[in-house]
Amino acid sequence: MDSERLRRVRNTTRQHLSTEAEETLQRLEGFPDKPAAMQYFYSLFREIYNGNGAPVLPGARKIIATMCMQVPQELILAAGAVPLRLCSGANAYDQIGAEFMPPKSCPVVKATIGMLHVNQTLWGDSLSSVVIPTTCDQKKKAGELLEDMGYKVYNLEMPSSKDSDLSRYYWQESVKQLTVDLQKMTGNKITGKKVRDAIAKITDSGKIFRKLYELRRNSPSLIFGTDLFLVINAYFIDDIDRWRASAAALIAELEARKEQKIHVTNRKAPRLLFTGSPPIFPNLKIPILVEQSGGIIVADETCSSSRLLSDSVAYDEAGLNDMVPAIADRYLKPSTCPCLTPNNDRLRKLVAIAGEAATDGVIYQAFSGCLPYEMEQKRVSQTLAKQGMPMLYIETDYSPEDMGQLSTRVEAFIESIKARNRKKARND
Amino acid sequence: MPIGSGASVHIRESFLMNSLQKAINRTSISRFRFYFQIAAFILLLYGGYLAINIGDELPTFACLFADLRGGSCYLLGFQHQMTAPFKQMLGGRGIGILVGLATFVGFFVLFNKTWCGFVCPIGTIQDWITKLRQKFSIRYATYSEPVFQRLGRIKYVLLALLILIPMAIGNSFFGLPKLGHDWGVPFCMICPGRTVLPLFTGDVSQLVVDFSSKTKMVLTTLGMAVTGLFFAGSFVKPRFFCLFCPMSAFQYIFSKAGLLRLIKDGDKCTRCGNCFRACDVGIRAIADDVESKNIVKDDCMMCFKCIEVCPEQGCLKVKFLAWHLYESTIEGFFKRMDEKNDGQ
Repeated sequence: MDSERLRRVRNTTRQHLSTEAEETLQRLEGFPDKPAAMQYFYSLFREIYNGNGAPVLPGARKIIATMCMQVPQELILAAGAVPLRLCSGANAYDQIGAEFMPPKSCPVVKATIGMLHVNQTLWGDSLSSVVIPTTCDQKKKAGELLEDMGYKVYNLEMPSSKDSDLSRYYWQESVKQLTVDLQKMTGNKITGKKVRDAIAKITDSGKIFRKLYELRRNSPSLIFGTDLFLVINAYFIDDIDRWRASAAALIAELEARKEQKIHVTNRKAPRLLFTGSPPIFPNLKIPILVEQSGGIIVADETCSSSRLLSDSVAYDEAGLNDMVPAIADRYLKPSTCPCLTPNNDRLRKLVAIAGEAATDGVIYQAFSGCLPYEMEQKRVSQTLAKQGMPMLYIETDYSPEDMGQLSTRVEAFIESIKARNRKKARND
Repeated sequence: MPIGSGASVHIRESFLMNSLQKAINRTSISRFRFYFQIAAFILLLYGGYLAINIGDELPTFACLFADLRGGSCYLLGFQHQMTAPFKQMLGGRGIGILVGLATFVGFFVLFNKTWCGFVCPIGTIQDWITKLRQKFSIRYATYSEPVFQRLGRIKYVLLALLILIPMAIGNSFFGLPKLGHDWGVPFCMICPGRTVLPLFTGDVSQLVVDFSSKTKMVLTTLGMAVTGLFFAGSFVKPRFFCLFCPMSAFQYIFSKAGLLRLIKDGDKCTRCGNCFRACDVGIRAIADDVESKNIVKDDCMMCFKCIEVCPEQGCLKVKFLAWHLYESTIEGFFKRMDEKNDGQ
């Protein structure tokens, strides 16, 4: 593509992008009783999307961009690079990506490709590689397209199952190879000490996440689920130390609110579990719709939030020979990504989360074109039905066109839960 | 007494219990185990100095060849008892055998497999060897897990042999000639306990090949080979010998009746595999089995390292009867990981 056209596309996309981001942010800020500590996260996204459309540059350090949460962050940090998760939620980028992918493909992949297409020159030499785990077909094939655009793509080979010794071994070898290759990409040596320090950082992020997750479960709620999605979204792109400090400030504020009994909803708001295709800023339309309709998202099971940080590396011996396979295990064994077969763990996890968070219902978002999530819908709804847990299945994408009909469905679902709860309260 | 004060006392007590429980769950049981093992090692090897003897039917390798022991391993006496002719076994001697077995089972049922993880001197030595290897930053050996687990069945073969061989001394099987008395305690002859533990009391006399008879020569040569394997094996793989230990096989028969239990709540398990990684004896079920409540397997030594690395609240627990002694908590997990990441 000639650079003149690309420049024009870039300019219009950026305008669309900042409008889109601003709309989402204003809707988020429109909710009552916001914790003051959320301001950091709103500003972060506002800055990124109103500016050049890319996060702050990492100085002298290299960026290792990733798609999917299966790329071990610990190793990237240990290699002295900055991990940057590319998965985009922007409709403006989705439109651009549509040029490269078939019409019925997944908006996450389309938007990510669109973003990389528009921003080809943004990172310059600091972007050392795009690491793509071989998860779903669309992400896999996206790598080929990105290579044609001139990106250095690294395919991190991942098995399509996790139960057998074979798949575990295969993945461990893959991650070991990545450890070797990351040193070549960055020119830095990965040592046991560096890996241990990186593990400590990510473990601390996990600790913060668990705390936030626990506070989110509080009844009545202390924070909106949409806000929490935004906080974890920020983890994709923010400097890890800054993110930890800002999230810790939020925790402190929420704990104070818990003491003072400041709640964002009353006890009657239906408590919901969000699962399925990942809500990624600015596309938080379904979570926002749910909470605008009077529901509250108290838990989630998605790769852009809970799955990203729920698990922590536990190594036995502090040498690379044990730590690297331990890191590999952490990204495969507890994973409930629908690319894995069998994925019964996802069913078990949903039931467990629904129990722990005492939810009244489940919202299942599937992006049209995201076959794995679409296919798992049936088993999930059957499993939840056995538990007496109602589920709303929503097939959608990044465009705002279906908002009208979706809001009717979401409102009806939430009303039905309210009616159910009222009936239960009367019978008790 | 005003109404309600009883309840408040009760609440205060349970509050105290809860904070105590929380404090315990935050601790590292491995550290406790390290010191407990030292104490048990001293008691079992040098208890004789203090005129302590806790019994002759212990379900652990308190070797009779170490003279100053504070208790004795059941297997030697048991093998010896098995040399009796069947006719005697059904008579008076049978009662003695049963009493011995009952004492052994009694000791075992009380503490279950913690005899292996916390008490067994041979286990303790292997743990020390592992610590030594880690001090030198030498990596452990990697091997094919399923093959190794299959090798573990050898312990049942050894258990069968240590019963059948002595029986063939007092009885004739299938009209074959009876075995000589040199076969009396066949497992002891090849057990590293016999060769290694007396060393700690300055006795090197077991570290020889005995040429006094053909049988003894064969058995003591095997014994020396096993001793060599014991040191080499446990240097590259934690608790190498335990996989082949017939005591462990013998114990497992009674493990279901254990009062001390390792319990798993499968609903809380994410199958992340942290426990399996930590497991020195490579028990896969600890991570993969989400159905069983009692998760003690034959190789389990109840070291409870799995609980330490479990990040799910209350997923793994040690219980004695109805009392919870130690359980996995989010708080405890992060505290222990922080310590580890700090290099402690």
